[in-house]
Amino acid sequence: MTLIFGIPLGVLLGQLLLGLINGAFYALLSLGLAIIFGLLRIINFAHGALYMLGAFAALLGLQHLGVNYWMALVLSPLVVGALGMAIERHLLRRIAGEDHLYGLLLTFGLALILEGGFVKLFGVSGASYPTPDLLKGGVNLGFMFLPGYRAWVVVAALVVCFATWFMIERTRLGSYLRAGTENPKLMQAFGINVPLLITLTYGYGVALAAFAGVLAAPIYPVSPTMGANLLIVVFAVVVIGGMGSIMGAIVTGLAMGLIEGLTKVFYPQAASTVVFLVMVIVLLFRPAGLFGKEA
Amino acid sequence: MSSVENLPLAALQPSVEQERMRAARRRRVGFCLALLGVALVAPLAIYPVFLMKLLCFALFACAFNLLLGYAGLLSFGHAAFLATGGYVTGYLLSQYSGLSTELGILAGTVASGVLGLGFGLLAIRRQGIYFAMITLALAQLVFFVYVQAPFTGGENGLQGVPRGHLFGLIDLSSNLAMYYFVLAVFVFGFAVIQRTIHSPYGQVLKAIRDNEPRAISLGYNVAAHKLLAFVISATLTGLAGATKTVVFQLASLTDAHWHMSGEVILMTLLGGVGTVLGPLVGAGVVVTLQSYLSNGPLGDWVHVILGVIFVLCVLLFRAGIVGWLRKLVRRNFK
Repeated sequence: MTLIFGIPLGVLLGQLLLGLINGAFYALLSLGLAIIFGLLRIINFAHGALYMLGAFAALLGLQHLGVNYWMALVLSPLVVGALGMAIERHLLRRIAGEDHLYGLLLTFGLALILEGGFVKLFGVSGASYPTPDLLKGGVNLGFMFLPGYRAWVVVAALVVCFATWFMIERTRLGSYLRAGTENPKLMQAFGINVPLLITLTYGYGVALAAFAGVLAAPIYPVSPTMGANLLIVVFAVVVIGGMGSIMGAIVTGLAMGLIEGLTKVFYPQAASTVVFLVMVIVLLFRPAGLFGKEA
Repeated sequence: MSSVENLPLAALQPSVEQERMRAARRRRVGFCLALLGVALVAPLAIYPVFLMKLLCFALFACAFNLLLGYAGLLSFGHAAFLATGGYVTGYLLSQYSGLSTELGILAGTVASGVLGLGFGLLAIRRQGIYFAMITLALAQLVFFVYVQAPFTGGENGLQGVPRGHLFGLIDLSSNLAMYYFVLAVFVFGFAVIQRTIHSPYGQVLKAIRDNEPRAISLGYNVAAHKLLAFVISATLTGLAGATKTVVFQLASLTDAHWHMSGEVILMTLLGGVGTVLGPLVGAGVVVTLQSYLSNGPLGDWVHVILGVIFVLCVLLFRAGIVGWLRKLVRRNFK
């Protein structure tokens, strides 16, 4: 067996794949945060709770309504996205234009409500979601075993991330969004329905979180607290990348996942803290973040 | 808020302005003395352990308010300071049985201050929401360190921390003796905060909060002022955590969890951000609510209820209880 720094190649690549999967979730979530922040100037603290909600929607749909994985992958983001639009329309809109910290506090309160409610209803331990039949098993690549579902997660997340990037950077709708980020008042003067754009943007960001939740359901236990701890890491990822660019959010998310995977191989004790340490280093040398503009 | 703009006016009419400030100060001191009187006799009517918990959280919230209310910095990582104070004090008092209590608390407080210096140096490099996210992430880093570190007892925490003897003389194992010690600690912490807020330094801090570019153009070293506020706040939070550990003879991961950082924000917001007594009132309401709920049928819903209060505070009740009362008094009596 090939050894790299005394580590079998298969183990190393296996951990890198795990890291890449975590990175895919970081990318999806930080992308949603960045899109929402761009237009609403709000850091969505409820993002983790909505990710959890996406996973639960898939689980409950399977248990009670017979909604299979592939349908859940579409329906759950739609349902959770609709909930997000309702939240924006009825709660966040009331504090638009006020100090941005109020948005953080309001969504923090929402996260407490959602998570507390789900803990009460489903307990903290969580349930497991079966891997869809199509993706059971895997491929032996010779040097490592590649589980089908995990490969699918990486591919699906990357496709959605880059589709989102394409939509924002290359389409007409995306140009509205970018213009709204620059100057919402002028946009409104040009006859664009900015409030609607804001609602749709929040809904889309939230739907991305729910999509990540469904993707995560067959890998991680579906529990009410699955989002909270992940979200704090994603915050660190956002600080590292800066929220200036869409591509920056995606790249930073994936890179942090890979770094975490490598740390698991070489110094497992630090695996849970390495992203925060990277954040400290970035703050020391490039306070605006790797892709950030000084805000 | 207006002190900077009012400066020329104050220079023209020193006597009027000074008289007004003196009167305000007299009212403040009188009110605080009355509160202290109530606190001195309170253990006759209320269970002292509950009162001690309240005082510890009140000090925590007051320290937090110094940062949010007067420097305009929202820290989402104050749980780290509360836990650090608790763990260091708990560890020292457990390991060295001859150590007198106040030295153990002092060590925990200093440790939190040093940690606060580290947090502050990193976090003040960014502003607004980034500041909040950075402090949250750093606190999570500290949380994971405490989960793994050998001296914290991991999931079990440090249990059975001895209360010890104050100055090596006064036995603190009785709840009443402990209560008066905690009250003294609180009064000390509260006095430090008051002194800070009403000092020239506190005025500069408020100026930075209200208009940072202007404070910079006036030549103030904004970063240093913010950092000092952060360190004072972290140190006093450590004092609260250390004292809490001695009271309950327990230091646990609960104190380090981000829920704790959220709770102190809620206390301050509910009581009234940037008011002197708001954090006291907010801590009182939240602690009372928690202990009331945990014994009742709604015990499992605590986080949901706190979340609802959070949302309502932000949407409808931003001035908080004390801010609202103050408005009411001004409208009707002046």
